[in-house]
Formats: sequence, C-alpha cells, structure tokens
Amino acid sequence: MRTLTDGVATGLAVLSTVLVVAPLVAVFIYLIYRGASSLSWDFFTQIPKPVGEAGGGMANAIVGSAILLAVGSLIGIPVGIAGGIFLAEYGRGTKFANAIRFTADVLNGVPSIVMGIAVYSLLVVPKFVFSHRILSRYVFHLPNYISHHFASITHFLHIPAEITLGPIAFSFSIGGHFSALSGGVALGIMMIPTVCRTTEEMLLMVPNAVREAALALGVPNWRSVLAITVRTASPGIITGCMLAFARVAGETAPLIFTAFGNVGWSMRLNEPIAALPLQIYVYALSPYDEWHRLAWAGALVLIVLIVLAVSLVRYVTSRGVLKGAS
Amino acid sequence: MIAQVPEIRFSQAQLQPDPAGQRPAGAAAAEISGVRGYLMARGNSAIADLGFHWLMVLCALTIFGIVALIAAELVIRSKLAWGNFGLDFFYKTYIDTYSKRPIYWDPVNGHFSALPFLYGTLVSSFLGLLMAVPLAIGVAVFLTEMCPRGLRAPLAFLTELLAAIPSVIYGLWAVFVLVPLLREHVNPWLIQLLGWTGFFNDDNPTGLGFVSAGVILAIMILPIVSSLTREVMLAVPHSQREAVLALGATRWEMIHMGVLRNARIGIVGAIILGLGRALGETMAVTMVIGNSLDIQRSLLSNGNTMASAIANQFAEASGDLHLSALMELGLALFIVTIIVNAFARLLVWMVTRGAPSSTH
Repeated sequence: MRTLTDGVATGLAVLSTVLVVAPLVAVFIYLIYRGASSLSWDFFTQIPKPVGEAGGGMANAIVGSAILLAVGSLIGIPVGIAGGIFLAEYGRGTKFANAIRFTADVLNGVPSIVMGIAVYSLLVVPKFVFSHRILSRYVFHLPNYISHHFASITHFLHIPAEITLGPIAFSFSIGGHFSALSGGVALGIMMIPTVCRTTEEMLLMVPNAVREAALALGVPNWRSVLAITVRTASPGIITGCMLAFARVAGETAPLIFTAFGNVGWSMRLNEPIAALPLQIYVYALSPYDEWHRLAWAGALVLIVLIVLAVSLVRYVTSRGVLKGAS
Repeated sequence: MIAQVPEIRFSQAQLQPDPAGQRPAGAAAAEISGVRGYLMARGNSAIADLGFHWLMVLCALTIFGIVALIAAELVIRSKLAWGNFGLDFFYKTYIDTYSKRPIYWDPVNGHFSALPFLYGTLVSSFLGLLMAVPLAIGVAVFLTEMCPRGLRAPLAFLTELLAAIPSVIYGLWAVFVLVPLLREHVNPWLIQLLGWTGFFNDDNPTGLGFVSAGVILAIMILPIVSSLTREVMLAVPHSQREAVLALGATRWEMIHMGVLRNARIGIVGAIILGLGRALGETMAVTMVIGNSLDIQRSLLSNGNTMASAIANQFAEASGDLHLSALMELGLALFIVTIIVNAFARLLVWMVTRGAPSSTH
C-alpha cells in the first residue's frame, strides 16, 4: 500500500511536470509555425498598410520599441545600479536600507497597468510650462543648435528630415498628449527594482577582502566601489540588467496610455510612438486575417529577442557569475 | 661613465612592459596605475567620497519617491470618484428604472460600482490558483526530490522561460489556440458534467470568459509559484530528509513528512505571491475574459477584472468621473497588491531566513 502511494505520488509529480512543460512547448511550436510562415523581408522594412491592403510590416514598431527601451534603460539602469550600490555598500544592515529594499519589492509587485495609469497622470495629462522653446532659449541652447545644423546637412544629402531629425530634435514640450518619453519612463521605472535587487545581491557576493585590499592602498572609498567592487561583480550586474530589459521588452499594459502606438513613422520623443507589443495587442484583437498574420510574426520576433536575452543570461550565470572575484 | 648612459637607457627601454606580451597581467597593471593616479590626487577625495555617497543615497531615495509619487497621483486623481461614491464604490448595486435589472458600471448615467470587477478579479485569480498550485507543487517536488540530475537544469530553465514570455504573447496564443480548444472540447464536457451546479451555463458561444482567463492565469503564475516553492523546499535541511528516511519511510512519505510539512509556511507564501501576480495581470486576461459589465453566476460567461477594465476603458473614458472611477480602481488594485506581496514576502523570508538559498 505504501509503495503504491509512493508510486502514485511519483506519477503525479511527473504528470504535473509534463503538464507544465506542455503549454510552453505548445506556445513555442504554434508561434514558430504561424510566425515563421508570415515573416518576410517586408515585415522589417515596411510600415503597416491600411486595412484591406496586403503586405506591410512593423518596421516602425521595431524602431519604436528600440527607442522606448533605450529611454527606459537610460532611466532604469543607472538608478537601479546606484540603488543596489547603496543597499550593498553604504546601507548594509541599516533600517533605512531595509525600507528601501522593501519599497523596491513593492515597486516590483505593482501591476503594470497601474504603472501605466500613474505615468499617464504624471506625464501625459499635465501640460508642462517648460516647452521646448522656452527651455532651449533660456537654459539649453544645444537642441536648437544641433537641429539647425542637422537640417542643413540632411537637406544637402536629401535624407527625409523625419528619419534623421527625429531623435535629435528632442523637445521638452511633454504633456497634453501621449508621448514616447512617457512610455520610456514607465518602462524605466519598471526596470529599477529588478536591476537594484540583482546589483545588491551580486555586490554582496564580492568578498570583503577585495574591498579591504583596495582601501588599504589608500584608494578613496567611491573609487574602490566603482573600480573594484562593481567591476568584480559586473557580469552579474549585466545579467540583472538584461533580465530587466527582457522583462520590460514585452510589456504592453504600461504603454497603452503612454506611448499609445502609431501607425506611421515617428521617432520624436514627444509624440505617440509605435511599439511591438502594442502592435501585437491591437492586431490580435482585430478582425482581419492579414493583421493576425502580422501579429504572429511580431510575436515571433519579440520572443526570439527575449529568449536570446534569457539564454545569454543563463549562459553567463552558469559560467560562474564572479569568475574574477577570488 | 658617459659611455654607459645610453646603455642604461637602452636597458630600461628593454624593461618597459610590452603591452601585447603582458596580456595576462594587463588588467592588474591598469588597476595599479589607476590606483596610483588617485593616490596622487587624493586631496579632494573626501569631497568626492561624500558626493558619491549622497548620490547613491539620492538614487535609493528615488525608489521611495517613485512609489510615493504613484500613490499620490492615484489618490489625487481618484478623489472625484471617492467624493461622489465613497465606500459605495465597492459594493453598491444600482437598479435600472426601465428593465429592473441591476447595473453596476454605467458611464452614461454616472453610476460607478466596482463590484463586477472585484468579483471578476477574485474569481479568475482563484480559478488560476486552483489549477496552478497543485501543478506547481508537483513540479517543485519533481525537480528537487525525484528528477535525475541531468534533467534538472533544463527543466528549471524551461519553467524560467515560461516566466519570460510576455503576457501579450500568452494573450495572442490564448485567443487563437486556447479559447477555440476550450470552446470545442472542454466547455461542452464541463456543461454536461457540472451544468447542474449552475456554475457552467451553456449561454456563451464565444468561449471567452472566466475559465479561459483562469487557465491562462494558471499558466502564467506557475513559474513563480514553482520556483519559490523549490527555493523553500531546498531550504529544508538535509538532516530532516535523512531522519525520516532512516525511520523506514518511502520517498513520498519522506517528501510529505520531511519536506512539505517543514516548508508549508513558505509554500503558502509562494502561493500568495502567485495570487499577487494573478490579481494584477492585465493583457492576457483582457484578451480572453470577454469584458462584460455584469455579474453572472456561470464561470463560462464573460467577465471583467479590475486590470482589464482599466485597460479597456481608460483610453476612451467619457468624462472626468469615469476617468476618476478607473483611477480609483487602479488605486484599489495598487493597495491590494502591496498588501498581498508584503505578506507573501514575509512568509517566504521567515522560511528561507538563515538557510543557504541554493544548495543544489
């Protein structure tokens, strides 16, 4: 009887493992089957066509996602790493550090849709007084200067101004409408807790002897932290950043009310911008077969990017995170 | 003497480390020269040190600031709805004057009651947990106690991968594969078998609804529940297992008495953390739950969760009150997930405290 129970339990455990792996395999097979058959060169070079026309691609969404992720990484990675450094190097064991750690966990648990509406009401609704013109006239002359000169260059080279000028003619007039910047900020905020906590964990793994050796040489503390401790833990920290990146790359909910999506080319930070997950969402719920096809192709591209990132992370961690540490 | 000088210079030049030849020690050499450089310019290091310290504190404070800002924004924007409805927002039912049917969410007439969304969130999360928890524990048991060593890493990686798939892709898959599958093969069977309970009515031909949402939620929260359960089980000391085995227990009895019983608090924590994830999950649920504004008894009928209501209505909200009501929904979701997550973290921390986190 007892052996029977043992056998049944073993069988159930194996069965549940199979049941868990099955949807994963199903998702992947179906994704590759549907996605690969709809992928084409056009997908990467064309922008969406109007309903009813065949063809078209998601070039603008791919570029848009890249811009959003770049903005997000610019915000999330430095703040996250600095927060991690504080937790591991300066505030170890203090109540303040515990409070920060708890807050980071809370931030990690905030549903992405809530993040979306919070950033919406922070950056999309209010109209900031600092418009592009005011700021560039009184505070910051550079954007105007660059865009002015760039305009002449692009005019000379016959490059459409829209493409080259987009990222450079950064304007500060945020607010009143959906914008790429607000979407990037939402993604950046979502990256912070993951980056912060992994950085902290990796720094805690660096042996104290390394820090003491650096300090014994008379190196200032901040220099020791940056050049010795962080550098030793850098593979692990990069891993954390990649994980955070892979996680927000597929986020849709925080972008619906911030980046909003765009059917045309747009690279300006103060205008609505297309994003791959958003486009997939819109196309999946549309009634057109052509758009379903594009949604599957987009999903395949997205998943390939994410799986690549995760496998890279896995590879780095399996090789020993702190190879140079001791 | 004079003739020797060039010779000495020559030998010094020979002694200069060749940058190409000294590769292995290259990093160390760069470190030392950097260190020397800073030793020479040590005069202002106290200021730089202080500055760096406070920069790090500032960045850490930013995390506080962000959470506070999110909370403040949600509170400010939901003030209008709170002022209009107060606590009624969460349970009141309005009766339509013409059809005499209950209505809950009526942007046209300005009636807002979050009851169907609260109900939908609870039901779909509960269904998800019901399916995910036994499977997650099974996987964790298999991976920690039974699995051959060679299979362990790939399987753990696969469950990790399950967590990395974006929610919108789960939604896409659910819309085109899972929902038709449930509609054609599972739902008729459920209706036939359990129709008498009233929870499975044959009145929704789309296949969208709570059951579909529950299944997709189960798939999505499985990885987090199983990986945390695994962590908690690994934290159980080996002496416990050995003691139970030494008493003549079978493997299952060892797992049951030696491992699961010791890890139960942590497993509950893992389940609650999964609940926190399920409550806030948006995209996949929005795509399959069907978005109705009513409360129906049947689990096969269309529903709505708090998150999906926000995702669906926010962009086309009519008027300030509607927007404010959605913000209040967001605030409620925010508060609930904070409480649930904090509680779960506390439980997991209680169990894994002091134990080596990964000993496999």
